[in-house]
Amino acid sequence: MSKKKRSTGYAKWGYIFCLPFFITFLIFSLYPTLYTMLVGFTDLHGIGKTAIHILKDDPFANYKATLTSPTFQKALGNTLKIWICNFIPQLGLALLLTAWFTDRRFKVEGEGIFKVLFYMPNIITAATVAILFNALFGYPMGPVNDILTRFHIFSEPYNFLVKKTVAQNIVIFIQTWMWYGYTMIILVSGVLGINPEIFEAAEVDGANAWQTFWLVTIPNIKTILLFTLVTSLIGGLNMFDIPWLFLYGGPDNSTLTTSVFIYKQAFSGGYLYNKASAASMIMFVIIVIISLYLFFMMRDKDEAALKKIRKQQEKEMRRKMKEARS
Amino acid sequence: MTNKNKSTLKKVFIIIICILLSILSLFPFVVMLVNSTRSTTQIQQHAVSIIPSSFFFNNLKILVGKSFNPAVGFGNSLTISICATALTVYFSTMTAYGLVIYDWKLRDAFFSMIMMIMMIPGQIVMIGFYQMVYKLHMTNHLLMLILPAIAAPTTVFFMRQYMKPALSPEIVQAARIDGAGEFYTFNRIVLPIMKPAVATQAIFSFVTSWNNLFTPLVLLTDQKKYTLPIMVSLLKGDIYKTEYGCVYLGLSLTALPLIVVYLVLSKYIIAGVALGGVKG
Repeated sequence: MSKKKRSTGYAKWGYIFCLPFFITFLIFSLYPTLYTMLVGFTDLHGIGKTAIHILKDDPFANYKATLTSPTFQKALGNTLKIWICNFIPQLGLALLLTAWFTDRRFKVEGEGIFKVLFYMPNIITAATVAILFNALFGYPMGPVNDILTRFHIFSEPYNFLVKKTVAQNIVIFIQTWMWYGYTMIILVSGVLGINPEIFEAAEVDGANAWQTFWLVTIPNIKTILLFTLVTSLIGGLNMFDIPWLFLYGGPDNSTLTTSVFIYKQAFSGGYLYNKASAASMIMFVIIVIISLYLFFMMRDKDEAALKKIRKQQEKEMRRKMKEARS
Repeated sequence: MTNKNKSTLKKVFIIIICILLSILSLFPFVVMLVNSTRSTTQIQQHAVSIIPSSFFFNNLKILVGKSFNPAVGFGNSLTISICATALTVYFSTMTAYGLVIYDWKLRDAFFSMIMMIMMIPGQIVMIGFYQMVYKLHMTNHLLMLILPAIAAPTTVFFMRQYMKPALSPEIVQAARIDGAGEFYTFNRIVLPIMKPAVATQAIFSFVTSWNNLFTPLVLLTDQKKYTLPIMVSLLKGDIYKTEYGCVYLGLSLTALPLIVVYLVLSKYIIAGVALGGVKG
């Protein structure tokens, strides 16, 4: 109570300090969001056009066209497939390394250096990585082909980049390669945050390393695993740099993700801003649903509980005062 | 005895796997750096070599000769990243301060809003953003890539988490009694206390801004305004199709500064990543 009284006169400063954030958010985030939504209902297309006319016959035409478009469906399917196929090995590898790096029975020499190296691909510009891998898998004399033929694994160079599944798998590999180090660091820090007494108790109870990991470590980092899953999913749904610069979504749309689809629709060829906006909003809704889920999982639980108690107390007090009055 | 042997064996196995993964991390970059010093003919004969050659300046001459000006991209990227980072850390700390220290009616609602928008990536509403900037005739202004950095929900979230235990209201109270204004207290007393958090967040927002491809790709059409990632994307164009040495050199020029900075600051960066995870 006393805290409240003390700071009443200062309340306006709270608004003042948060104002720059709020104004920037309105201009650069909220307005573009609403405008994108609006454009999705119009016939806006063509380079340099800005005038908008709401579609009269069927305002939802762009949304319907996008949802039924085979290319969009393909892009959405690719996006999910690339994400799932990169997330599973990424998480598996990260968990394995986490188990090794946090094992209390022995210390891995050079752990620090390994962490630095595993995380390194993540910090390098994705645009650079995409073009580098394009060069590495070059045909006929890219470095990968050079190694494969020199060690007689392949008798002649293989043209990786024109094969649909191979190209898709390389994108999956790049994503895994870029992100497993990040996931590992997050998980290791999560495990180090667990109360050591729990592990000691498990040791006393005679649990082996395998049991300790699955029955003690994993349940204790559940929240962090969830955080990793959701942030990775949202990042995966927006994948652009790698698939775009690796092969521009090709060959035959096999590495086309929804972000590449939106970019291609809006900023090359037909400049179909309306169709691209509809696609953006569809992705936006998907991401908002996932974010809301994470939001409710990550809420400051103690704080929410405290607030509930405080409110109840206030109610009680008011009730008592009322009773006293009557 | 057998138990000890088993655990040594396991350790050897773990280290071998870790070394293999390290090679996997390094291999692409080593190939890139070495090939940037080799001529196209050498690369065509054998694309993998660990011995650098002497064609670095030759490659550089060809690269720059084809309108690829890494200095311009470097300058623009540096301008954008430094300004955006400064804005992000300053205003995020400020917003966090407003959320932690003051008790105002809409505070909880505002914080909930920040948490909800935290996960939504800006690029998803790029068309609305592009149309707005186009109508303002600002497409080739670097300012449009800098100003949005003022509202960085993730950084605000992090700063708030850090500030809550680190900054006691008593300090602020004491400053007020001494007659300090609210902004003075924030700039002179709160910001220094927040230094470690500011440093961590500065590194990450710098790297994010430096590596950003999508927004500049949509907004910038003027070659003089190109950022480094856009410069990189030019390497895939037809003019470099047969100039392998050149492409590797261009990639090296964009990756090398990052690699060096990363290796120097790796301790802090890794600690920062770990912190982000725990806070989440």
